[in-house]
Amino acid sequence: MTTDDTNGQFGGYGGQYVPEALMPAIEELRDAYERYVLENEDGFMNELRAHLADFGGRPTPLQRADQLSERYDTEVYLKREDLLHGGAHKLNNALGQVLLAKYMGKERIIAETGAGQHGTATAMAAAHLDMPCEIFMGETDIERQRPNVFRMELNGATVTPVTTGRGTLKEAISETMRDWATNVEDTHYVIGSIVGPDPFPEMVRDFQSVIGDEAHEQILAKTGDAPDSIVACAGGGSNTMGAFHEFRDKEDVDLIAVEAGGSSLEVDEEAGVAPNSATLSTGEEGVLHGARTKLLQDEDGQIMESHSVSAGLDYSGVGPELAYLVDEGRVDAVNVDDEVALESFHRVSRLEGVIPALETAHAFGYLEENPDAVGDVTIVNVSGRGDKDLETVVEETKAHDLDVETASTVLQEAGE
Amino acid sequence: MTANSEIGAVFEAGEPAFIPYLVAGDPEYEASLEYIEALERGGADIIELGLPFSEPIAEGPTIQNAIVRSLEGGMTPDRFFSFVEELDVEIPLVCMTYYNLIYQYGSESGPRPFVERAAEAGIAGLVVPDLPAEEADPLRDACDEYGLDLVFIVAPTTRGDRLETIMEQVSGYVYVQARLGTTGAREDVSDQTDESLARLREWDVPKAVGFGIKTGEHAERIVSAGADGIIVGSALVDIVAEGAESGESTEAVADRLEAKARELKEGALRGVPTAESSD
Ligand SMILES: Cc1ncc(COP(=O)(O)O)c(C=O)c1O
Repeated sequence: MTTDDTNGQFGGYGGQYVPEALMPAIEELRDAYERYVLENEDGFMNELRAHLADFGGRPTPLQRADQLSERYDTEVYLKREDLLHGGAHKLNNALGQVLLAKYMGKERIIAETGAGQHGTATAMAAAHLDMPCEIFMGETDIERQRPNVFRMELNGATVTPVTTGRGTLKEAISETMRDWATNVEDTHYVIGSIVGPDPFPEMVRDFQSVIGDEAHEQILAKTGDAPDSIVACAGGGSNTMGAFHEFRDKEDVDLIAVEAGGSSLEVDEEAGVAPNSATLSTGEEGVLHGARTKLLQDEDGQIMESHSVSAGLDYSGVGPELAYLVDEGRVDAVNVDDEVALESFHRVSRLEGVIPALETAHAFGYLEENPDAVGDVTIVNVSGRGDKDLETVVEETKAHDLDVETASTVLQEAGE
Repeated sequence: MTANSEIGAVFEAGEPAFIPYLVAGDPEYEASLEYIEALERGGADIIELGLPFSEPIAEGPTIQNAIVRSLEGGMTPDRFFSFVEELDVEIPLVCMTYYNLIYQYGSESGPRPFVERAAEAGIAGLVVPDLPAEEADPLRDACDEYGLDLVFIVAPTTRGDRLETIMEQVSGYVYVQARLGTTGAREDVSDQTDESLARLREWDVPKAVGFGIKTGEHAERIVSAGADGIIVGSALVDIVAEGAESGESTEAVADRLEAKARELKEGALRGVPTAESSD
């Protein structure tokens, strides 16, 4: 432990490592977060709950997955965040932050997006609350998530391509920070996960914790007890912490964070590329995008490009709180590779009639590979729906030459 | 709090300091050595030398691209220190880099091994744009131990308590950010510069202004507004980039850098208030 660990919010992780120009804005945000979110000043939280219910469609159901339960001989419940407006958990946070920006008197919203789900949610929230909005998105991600680009534009947002690096989430976050540093006086940066400088990790977790709060009540109503485990995928970790937070102090509930193992856990040092996004499992402590956390980096501290078949997990960092809980042994960090995720995408779609996001498919992949590790009752957080991923799935299924049972005129005709 | 007399001596000499910035190893190692030396010939008083980091969030496109060129050429912290040792310049060098590289260097984590090695290589000070004063205690301690100055940036948004926090941490000079945003050469001088300098008037730390300065006229205008020094990065990096793109010889690019340095230094000198105008 080094001497500056006390500055962190989560053990030694967290902090505020940003250019000086942003520091006053971060202090202002911390103040607003404490007043409006934690103390419900001016009825902020009541207004947010109303938007989440009427515009967002909360509460989302907790559904028993009958075929999966039978397959794994375990009670499997699905927390259906895919049914939230926009198709992913991201709206919980986006609505919270856009509304907060309004309360703070900001005039413009910016955000980054990887899978496009956070961008979509932010564009929707901004349209709903009547705020101008610009979304930064890496070129590679624009290619693989086109439906979401259209949705953002339809909602009136400007989508700005980011061409630096490999054009994924890491580069989009850096570019959004640059814009923020330029326009900080009237602009709020809606960060998309539990990453970034304090207070973002804490605040985004609070906005997402509605997932676990509801799931807890719902599982009690259905089974009379807390679940044995909760399984959620982890990119930055917002759906993860959102689902886990309520259960943090219930030591009997296993919290399982499933990362993207990509094509391999081995690292190509020479090319500076990690062919995975398994930051919790393989990363080292460092400082990126405003926080001290676990990172995919080389020996010198240069950040490595990450990889995942799912754009939303493709990030070289992870939320500081999640890194801390993994170190503490409270959260298990596990991973599954691209192929397992793809197969799970097909399997869950076929068995349950729920087409999960490729991100979420990682959580299902863990269940398939470790059905005995989740106890008698498990909740899988369905962080989003897979409509955005259809093109990618068809291509990647062919590229991996996967023998999936899905019928498939779709697969046969694709690419011909 | 000037820990390092090398940097202190530059400002004590009384002339406005001209502080150019280039990325070490841009566009490649050997040429870069020549470019830094050309800046000294052109009148540089201190040089800020960028050690490239893969996620330079405070940088605009010009310097981002320079960082990519240098990294692709194989620049690493260890090569950077060798680079510094090979340089044939007399003036103080300040290393500008991001915190993760400082934090990771050496076998123990934390900033101390980096600072120790920097001191050994002859670096006189550090600027770390993603390390605000609140997070800087461990680095401050290491810099004090090895006699390096730690330069902090004051932004146009910095006011009140934050100024106090920075004042407690800063040494060598304070980097006055002339405008909001990222680095990059501009066509005009921002009014934010005057406001920022006015806020710092009482500080007895030298004030060097940077972000957007491009011409001798800009330099003159900023010194006449009360700056003790000017910092120029993108306008010089642009010359390196043009040279690299057009395949110009190293010598020709070095000459252009030297001439640009001279223009900026002379501009700064013209900005010194004369005896009449200063009272
Ligand atoms: C559906 C879905 N799930 C998960 C994630 C990963 O983000 P996080 O780990 O913050 O929940 C994303 C990110 O875009 C997503 O779109």
